[in-house]
Parts: sequence; C-alpha cells; structure tokens
Amino acid sequence: MVRGTRLAVGIALGSAALLAAGFALAWHPEIERIAPPASASFGRALVLEGEDLAKLGNCAGCHTVDPARPLAGGRALTTPFGTVFATNITPDAETGIGAWSRAAFNRAMRRGIARNGDHLYPAFPYDHFTHVSDGELGALYAWLMTRPPIASRAPPTHLDGVFGFRPLIAAWKLLYLEEEPLQADPAQSSDWNRGRALAEGLAHCGGCHTPRNSLGAEDKARAYDGAMTEGWYAPPLNARSPAVRPWTVDRLHVYLRTGLSPAHAAAAGPMGGVTRALSEVRDEDVHAIAVYFASLMAPAPAARQDQAEPMDRQTVAQHAHPEAAALFAGACAVCHEPGAPMMQQGRPPLAWGTPLQADNAHGTVRIIMEGLDSPAGATGPTMPAYADLLDDRQLRDLTAYLRTRFTDKSPWSDIDAAVAQARQGKAK
Amino acid sequence: MIALSVNGQTHQVDVDPDTPLLYVLRNELALNAAKFGCGLGQCGACTVLLDGKPVFSCLVPVAALGNRKVRTLEGLASPDGKPGLLSVAFETEQAAQCGYCIAGMIVRAQALLERNNRPTEDEVRAHLAPNLCRCGTHMRILRAVRRAAEMMGGGVRDVAEQKP
Amino acid sequence: MSGLGRRTLLANGALLAKGALVVAFALSRGAAAQDADSPALPGDLAKSPLLDSWIGVDGDGRITVFTGKAELGQGLKTALIQIAAHELAVAPSAVDIVTADTARTPDEGVTAGSHSMQDSGTAILNAAANVRVLLAEAAAWRYAIAVDQIEMRDGAAHAPDGRTVGYGELVSGLSLHVTAKPNVPRREGGSKVIGENLARVDIPAKVSGGEAYLQDMHLPGMLHARVVRGPSDGTRLKQADIEAVGKMPGVVQVVRHGRFTAIVADDEWRAVKALHRLQAVGWERIGEPLPAKGMREAIRALPARDVPIFDYPGPPAPAEAHTLRARYSRPCLMHGSIGPSCAVALWEDDSVTVWTHSQGVYPLRKALAELLGLPLERVRCVHVEGAGCYGHNGADDVAADAALAARAVPGQPVRLQWMREQEHGWEPLGSAMTVELSASLGADGRIVGWQHDLWSNTHNTRPTTAGGLLAGTEVDPPFVPPKPRPIPMPEGGAARNANPIYALPNARGTLHFVEPMPVRVSALRGLGAQMNVFAIESFMDELAEAAGADPVAFRLAHLLDERARDVVKMAADQFGWQARGRGTGFAFARYKNLASHCAVAMEVRVDLDTGMIHVPRVVAAVDSGEAVSPDGIRNQIEGGIVQSLSWTTREAVAFDATHRTSFDWSAYPILRFPAAPGRIEVHVIDRPKQPFLGAGEAAQGPAAAALANAVAHALGIRLRDMPLSPERIRAALRPAPAAPRQAAG
Repeated sequence: MVRGTRLAVGIALGSAALLAAGFALAWHPEIERIAPPASASFGRALVLEGEDLAKLGNCAGCHTVDPARPLAGGRALTTPFGTVFATNITPDAETGIGAWSRAAFNRAMRRGIARNGDHLYPAFPYDHFTHVSDGELGALYAWLMTRPPIASRAPPTHLDGVFGFRPLIAAWKLLYLEEEPLQADPAQSSDWNRGRALAEGLAHCGGCHTPRNSLGAEDKARAYDGAMTEGWYAPPLNARSPAVRPWTVDRLHVYLRTGLSPAHAAAAGPMGGVTRALSEVRDEDVHAIAVYFASLMAPAPAARQDQAEPMDRQTVAQHAHPEAAALFAGACAVCHEPGAPMMQQGRPPLAWGTPLQADNAHGTVRIIMEGLDSPAGATGPTMPAYADLLDDRQLRDLTAYLRTRFTDKSPWSDIDAAVAQARQGKAK
Repeated sequence: MIALSVNGQTHQVDVDPDTPLLYVLRNELALNAAKFGCGLGQCGACTVLLDGKPVFSCLVPVAALGNRKVRTLEGLASPDGKPGLLSVAFETEQAAQCGYCIAGMIVRAQALLERNNRPTEDEVRAHLAPNLCRCGTHMRILRAVRRAAEMMGGGVRDVAEQKP
Repeated sequence: MSGLGRRTLLANGALLAKGALVVAFALSRGAAAQDADSPALPGDLAKSPLLDSWIGVDGDGRITVFTGKAELGQGLKTALIQIAAHELAVAPSAVDIVTADTARTPDEGVTAGSHSMQDSGTAILNAAANVRVLLAEAAAWRYAIAVDQIEMRDGAAHAPDGRTVGYGELVSGLSLHVTAKPNVPRREGGSKVIGENLARVDIPAKVSGGEAYLQDMHLPGMLHARVVRGPSDGTRLKQADIEAVGKMPGVVQVVRHGRFTAIVADDEWRAVKALHRLQAVGWERIGEPLPAKGMREAIRALPARDVPIFDYPGPPAPAEAHTLRARYSRPCLMHGSIGPSCAVALWEDDSVTVWTHSQGVYPLRKALAELLGLPLERVRCVHVEGAGCYGHNGADDVAADAALAARAVPGQPVRLQWMREQEHGWEPLGSAMTVELSASLGADGRIVGWQHDLWSNTHNTRPTTAGGLLAGTEVDPPFVPPKPRPIPMPEGGAARNANPIYALPNARGTLHFVEPMPVRVSALRGLGAQMNVFAIESFMDELAEAAGADPVAFRLAHLLDERARDVVKMAADQFGWQARGRGTGFAFARYKNLASHCAVAMEVRVDLDTGMIHVPRVVAAVDSGEAVSPDGIRNQIEGGIVQSLSWTTREAVAFDATHRTSFDWSAYPILRFPAAPGRIEVHVIDRPKQPFLGAGEAAQGPAAAALANAVAHALGIRLRDMPLSPERIRAALRPAPAAPRQAAG
C-alpha cells in the first residue's frame, strides 16, 4: 500500500509540478496601461528610423487593409489552424496599442505576449522579431506611437478546437521560440551579417520562404526551401532555387529595390508589396539582404548553368497544346513575345522567371489570373488580370503550355488544384 | 471559320484564331464602339462585356470565346435602336471631349450598374480606374454614371460634388 | 434698289445644284480678286474674303458652313454651327459643317493656339451676317419693300404683310461668290443661338458606336498597314529579314524607301504580327547618346541664344528693396493621345487623298507634296476626327507613313495606325523648361523690379516641308529637317505667357533659346505657357508671402485690367477665399495675354506618408469674350484642369542613354479616376459682343500653379520642380537621412 501511495503522491506531485510549470510558462501578467505617449515626446530622427524599420519589416503588409486607414488591422490570415486576424497597431488607446508601454511592446515583439498577458499566435512572426535589437525596437515603437490613431476593432481570432486555447502556445514557444540573439559569423562580411540579421529578424523572410511543420513552426532544417503561404508559392532562396539564371548580389539588389530583375521577372503577389516597401528604405540595408541571399543561393544550379539564351520550345508546345498556342498568341504575345514593345525595353523573357521553373503551378496560375499592379501614379511593370478573360479549362491549358514551351522541366501535376484554389481565392 | 456571339447574334468569321476580339468587332463586324487604345490591357478603350464582366477585348483571342456572350456598346441599345440608359446619360451630361475613351467607359460602367445600381462614389471611381481618359473628362463621366444610376432606380452615394 | 450693285446674278463658272450656288472653292481661290476692303475683314475672312468660301445655301434652304479649322473634341463644329445658325436665323439642325479639307474649305493654317473661335468663328460670324443681308435684300427686292421691313426668321424672309419666302428659293437669284463686306451688322432680336448650350453634334455617334473617328473608317478594299521603326525617336531596327516577313500570311507588300519601312496586309492583326516578327531582331541607337543627366539638365546646359521677350520700362529697384529669386522647372511631357495616330491614304491616277487628323491639312499637304514629289493640286488632305491630340502629336507623321505605304498599292485604300508604343516613342514632346525669376519688393510691398529668364527648346516643329515629317528623314535621299526657330511674341512659343499680365515696372524677360534638340519636341497644349504661368504664379505667391500679403489681394494690387480683375474676384469669391482653410492655392493667367482669362482656386490634401495629393475641390472662373457655348467652355476648362493636374502631379518622360523609356502607360502613368478631383466648378463670365476668345488652353498654367501654391500652403514647403510627384513630396518632407544605425546583435 505504501508503494502505491508513494506512486500516487508522486504522480500527484509530478502533475502538480507540471501544472505549476505549465502555468508558470503559460501565464504572464498584464502590463499596466499607460496614457498614449505624446508624439512630441519622440525625436524626429528616431521616428524616421522607425519608419525605415517598419518598411523592412513590412508591418503594413499584414496590418493595413485599407490604405486610407493604415495599420488599423483587420486583415485575415488563413493558416492551417484557422483564420488569424491582424490587429490594430495604431496608437488608439481602446482598439489599438496606444496604451502599450515600451515594455509591453518589447514583450510582444520578442516573446509574443500581448499587453494583457495573452499569448499571440505565431502568425505574428515574433519568432523572427525576437532577434530585433533594443535600439531598433525603440525606433519602431516611436514610429508606431506617432501614427494617426484609428478606432477600429479587428475581428477577434478564434481558432478551432484545441488551437483556440491560447495558453498552449506557451508549449509551442518552448519548442520553437529561440530568444537568444543571433551571433554574427566572424567568417562573413559585415554586409552579410547585417543582411542575415535583417532577413532572420525584421524582414522575416523565412515566414514565407521556409516550410512549416505540422505545428505551424518553420522547419529550420529546411530553411528557405520554399513554401506555400496564403495561396502564393514563395520559391526556395537557397541551393534549391529553381532559377535558370544566377541570383547575383547585384541582381537581387535591383530586384528587391525596384520590383524587377531584368534577368528574372517582376515581383508578383506579396513580393509586390515587399519590394515597394524596400524601395524606400536605406539602400545599404537592401544591399545587405542581397548579399546574404546571394550567398545562400550560390550553390544553386543556375550558378553552374546560366541560361543566357532563353529557352523557347515553341514547336513542341504548339503540338502539345495547340489551343493554348493560339490563346498565347492572342492574349499574351502582344507583351511577351520577342518583338513585343515590352521586350524591346529589355524586360525578361518568360523562360527566365522563377514561377515557370518552380516545382508547382501556383505562382504561374495566380499571376495570370490576378496580373500585376503598380501603385497609383508610380511607374513599373503592370499586367492585366485574366481571371475574367479565360475560363478554367483555358487557364489550365495555358499554364501547361507555358511550362512546356519555356522550360524543359517535367509537366506540373497540380495545375487543376492550383486553378481551383485560385478561383476560390482560398489560401493554403 | 470561328463562331462568336455578339450582342445576341451569332457570327461566323474567317480570321486567324489568335485574332483578338477587338479587331474582329471593328473590322469584320463593323462595330466601331470598342477602340484600339493600346492593345496591351492598360487603357480600357476596348472594353466589352464577356458574360457580363468587363474585359479588354484587345486581349481575348476569338478562338477563346466559345459560347461566351459578348456585348458591346452597340448591344446596349434597345432592339429598335434607342440608345441605352448610359448613352442617354452621357449625352445629357455632354460627357465627352474627344470622346475616344467614352465607349469603353460606358461599357465598364454598365457592368457596375447592372450588378449594383447603388454604389458609392469611391466604388464608382475604383471600378472605372482601368479606363483612361486623357482629355480630363472625368468629372462629367462621373456625373453621367450618377445620372444613369438614378435612371435605373438607384443612385450613387457619398458624392463630394453637389448637383448644379 | 441699293445694295445690288456688286452682285452678279448667275456668275459664270458656277455649279448649279438644286438651284444652289456654291462654287467649288479650289477653282475660285486663284481667281478671287482681292477687294480693296479685304484687309479690314475680320478673322480669316481677310485671307478668304469670298462668302461662298464659308457659307453655302442649297435649294432646300439647308446651310453648309465651311471652316478650315478641325474638330479636335473641343466642340468646334457645334460652336461654329451655332454662330452661323444665329446669324442666319435658322435652326442649328438646318446647318451642316465641312471642316478642314484642302479641296473644299478655306486655308486657315493650323487648328492651334486657341485661335479657332477668333479666326474661324469671327470669319463665319461675319460671312453669315453678310449672307443674311444679301438674302434679306433679295427678299426686299422681290417684295418691293425696304430691307429694314424684312424679318429673317426660321430660314425664311418675312414681310410685314405675312408674305414669306424661304432661303432656298431666295438663293437661286443670288451669287455668294462675292467678297464679304466688313462691318455688316449682327442680327439683333429673335431667338438666340449664340450663348445657348447646344448639344454637341458629334456626341451622339460617339456614345452609340457610330463611325465617329478616322480610326473607324471602312473603305471598300481597304488594306491595313503598320510602319516599322525602332522603339523611339533616335533609334532604328537592326537589319531584319524582310523577305521572311514578306511571306507571312496576309502580307501584301513590304514597302521600303531608304530606311522607311511599312508592312501592308489584308488583315490588321496579321499586320501587327508581322510587325512584331520584324521587331524581334532588335534595335540600335542612331547618333549621339542622350544626355546623361536627363533633358531638364540638358536644356540648361546646351548652347543657347538669347532672345529678348519683353521689356517694361521703369526706374531701377532701390538698393534696399527686398529681392527674391527662384528657379522653376518641368521635364519633357507627352501628349499621350489615347488613340494612337492613324491615317488612311488612297492613290488614284497619280494623285493621293489622305484622311488625317492632323491639325493643319494645308501645311501637311505642302509637306506631303514635297515628300511624294507631287504638285500640290494632286494631294488632298481631309481632316477626320481622331482622338484628342493636344498639339502636334503623331498625326502628321502617320499621314506621311500612310501615303508612302499606299503608293505601293495604288487603287487600294490603306489604313495605317501607329501602335501604342510607337505613339509614346515617336510623338514630339513638350520641351523640358527652366524658368529663373527674380523680383524686388518696395517698401510698400509692391513689386518694383522683375526679371524672367527661361531656357527651352522650340515649341513648334509642325511640318510644312518634307523634312519635318519622320518619313521624310528616312527616305533616300532624306530631306533635311528645318532649323527650329522661336515663335515671335506676342504669341510666343517657349516664351508664351512669360510676359506677365501684371503692371510691373522695370521688368525684363529673356528666352535662352536652345536650338539643339536631343529629342523630338513640338507644340503641346499651352506651349510655354504652362511652365511660364506655373513659375510666375508660384513666384507671385512667394512674393506675397514675403510682403505679408494675401495671395489674391497681392495679385489684384498689381492687376489693372478690369476683365482680369473680374475673373480673379469671381474665382476667389466662389471658392470662399476669404474663409479659406489649409492647403488652398490660387493662380491666374490670361492665355497669351490675348485669349481667355482663367483663374483657378484649389484645395488639396497631402498624404504625408505616401506623398499622394488629393484634390477635393477646384473652383475656376473664365472669360472667353462672348461665350458661344458656355458649356463648351466649361468642358474645356474642366478638362484642362484635370489634364494639367495629371501633368503636374505625375508626368515626366523618361530616357536612358539610348532611347525614350516611357514606352507605354505603365512607364508613363497618367491620372486615373481615383485621383480625379472631388469636384470642379467653372464659372463662365459672358461678355456679349466682345470678340470670341479661345478657351482650350487657358487652364493649363493656372491649374498647375494653383496646385503648387496649395501644396506649399498645406506643407509649408515650396516645390518648384514639376512633377510634384509622391516621390518628390516624400523626399521634400524627409530631412537629411538618419544617422547610421548600430548593427543588430
């Protein structure tokens, strides 16, 4: 009997200890509200630095839905666990972060905890922002607190089933949140280190470009292997890059800064917003990011085999997809064939673009359906949306045709799914 | 020969299958309204309705039409030739300077008002954004769309401009 | 029977059709005797004094008006019909109009410079009045009563006892092949047509898909052509396989003369495909690289010769006067016609007819005759409306392209349309310009000295010779383009509106005329006025601020002309200037100091994050003399405001070392609906019996300056270089870059 009691007590104590530990992990105190700080209390230089950092981090990409109400939140991010709504990060005291002290802001960015002690879902990429320095957090705070406050309550996030129980996030953090600062690599240049710090930190590139495990955390072993995020395919940024022309530092720099790489393609989907934001930040930072990813992609196949002459298997494709060939000739060639006006301006041929080289059809399908847009009044590559001009069968046929004509890679097996998904506007 | 349905009539045309609809409308069917402005999907002068949706006819090869129904400005008139509501509204407001963009504007606006004849001003402007006007007739075009919406029993909301 | 003396009944050589007398103009022009009265005739009547050059009356009483001016979408046809209908006392629906045709209408030069109402409108007004008087006199003679007993009404002459006779019958006893008399009285009383808002006669076809444009022409057997060039001015295609293209389906001919190349096909899309096939070979620059720092800088740096513009006498400014200086500039601007230029040409019996939307069919005809080696009388140019051109765009060049292409297939009409990128790449641009102003303020806060220096290329290379046409420089042997010359004041080209309308003592202006043209330039709506008014009106605001004066009051203090003052006050009052809020601006100019007065008041909001400018409200006032069509004037002013806003907030043609990179709308964005102003009000001040003044270009300068002034008022920062784009505004709002950051841990 004694042994059983000892076991029972042991289990009870153990459970209690676990619960206590769990509680200790999961529970965080509320940080007291403050009065929203006066704009004048922040130095202009600090605010401007924060503005730059906010563009590097592309806060607006998730937190702005309506350009007339910047940072007011409300955007729905579809995750495998349900829909997460981006919050209002304007300094409105009631519905935004106006009542958040510097400490509360830092805790959210570094550890994913809201002012009231709630855990934040890692759709907010604090697993990256945890690497941001104190000084930079201070600048970001200064910038955020000097934005116009907007009263707007984002829809509450309620994930399904067990995922709706926020304290469980504590366990996720235990496994996946590495709060130690990034160590500089002394073997690399200061540019490379700065680039890495930005990419892994504020710019949170892995948030889209690294595949996630079943618990929704980035799989560090497959960093930058490419991933589907919200229905867009973010291609690999490492040795697995399918690009047929090498991504040199210069080319990456130009692409990130201007949204167009003359040796590849124009930025599409979410990269449109990213490159527009990066066009306004300090050039040295963009250069640094370029240095970092150029080094990651240095072992990719294109470095050994540059496709300087664009592939064009027109006859093969014509035979395989005769209807699509006519479609292309009437709907696409007026921009995309060699003698077209855009091509006379040195725009890259389709063969060089990563979407056609990727191992899935998602990017290609979405670009055809949605086109590309420059912001009002700005110059830059544009493409009309074909969603209403082509029906599903034509889209599938055209997508297959493009893969056959401009690459020598194996046909995509997921075209049907990609078209169906794009039509539904669902992200995966 | 390629068959296409335009303004409720079926036509057979003998053209290359990759010929964009715009050229067929103008050169084979003598339907002048849709215009060549750029051929690149940037200006909207060629706008027609394809199964009710506004599209750039300069980018739709005729072979791709299938059974889908094309409607042009000419098809918005009544069978006995009376101009459509938007055409009447545009004429009443004298909403044209050179007028080259106007046919595309009318068709684009038609698609909106058929779907929703009570849009806000911002919705109207966003909806018309794909169509360019170089003469600066924007204010009158907006007034014409407002008038047409009213003629349809609706009206445009949140307008900054007062009526004269 | 006074008044009959100078008329001849049934003049020899007249053509009779249903009792009408309309002499073929081509025959009569050479034979016309210049009457001693001609120099005193108003408008273009002085150059073409015969009545039947302008007015025809047929046996049914239908009136035909002939004008050498062209409908550009400015409502000209309707306005001229109104004038004629009014003076002839007929319903406008009884009037037809024939525009710019070298076979049928007077030579009125170019439809430009806002001259049409002054030159053609005035001529038609007087010619119509003359015809009315002749008809009235014929009726008086018929009824044997005094002419002042005759009432002209509804196309008929009415005697007091109720007898009436229609114009159709009256005209059979008359010749209109007579010289106009000056000072014929205007029609008084009766129903008004001038001053009414007549529905435009060209709009019904435009809103219903009628054949409304040159681009809509379908002639039997018509072939389709495309011209082949490099992507822009200063480039050419590399050697291409013409043979292969000639064998493509549908290609009828590949036309070559020297470097000039055109593809003629039986189907338009096949012509386009052949064009793209040829273009795939690539291109190269001809000649010197383009200036590395861009055209704006180049215009300041290239060799220039000084041309005095104006010199107002006055004592030199006192030493203690407060002197301000400022420099303003603009880049090259594009016409950007929404429909690329097009022409249809037909060769028959060694003669050519060209249907063109050129603004000047007569000068074009002369240039084409030289290019084609034909006598003038074998070339006919007929104006058919194109898309809005806003000056010298590709219309003349494409006419030459079409004529050359059509010569290869005589007997078949050829329609040649430029592609979008060809219009963007080859149209002559509005010159980049810089203006430096300096002025001194006296102790009383008034201007006591003023200096205006401006640098610009020419604003006119409209072709009058073959060398002025693109094709003319491509054929073998090529024609030489004429040397550019400045347009003399008072009209001016680059110097247009550089002479301030304000009463300024001790004021001087100099044009530094830059002859070398790295890029094609020519007339764009307003010519130099948009830049000069932008500069002057921005500077007036800067001076007003220095003087501590309200900008409108400051202007009025220097403005003597009553009509100018009325326009300024009307715009200010209607805007509510006294109670104005933040972000408001005002500007005024009289186009060329000769044409319409226009004042613009504007309210703007600037988004400090994006640098985008929103324009919730614009109020304008305009005085165009006697307002023939008030709504037509409002339409032109509204359009000019919106177009000028697009220029001033967005537009700048871009180049690299080899070519023009603004090749399509993505590379040269213009204003779209979301950025259009919230509302625009235009108040027309009618001046009955005053000369008609052109309104088509009156708003370009004032709108640009009002915008700059409003933005300065909103931001407290003055931007002097157009465009006031989001990038420039953001750059202006940001001070020097922040100190370098520490590397992150």
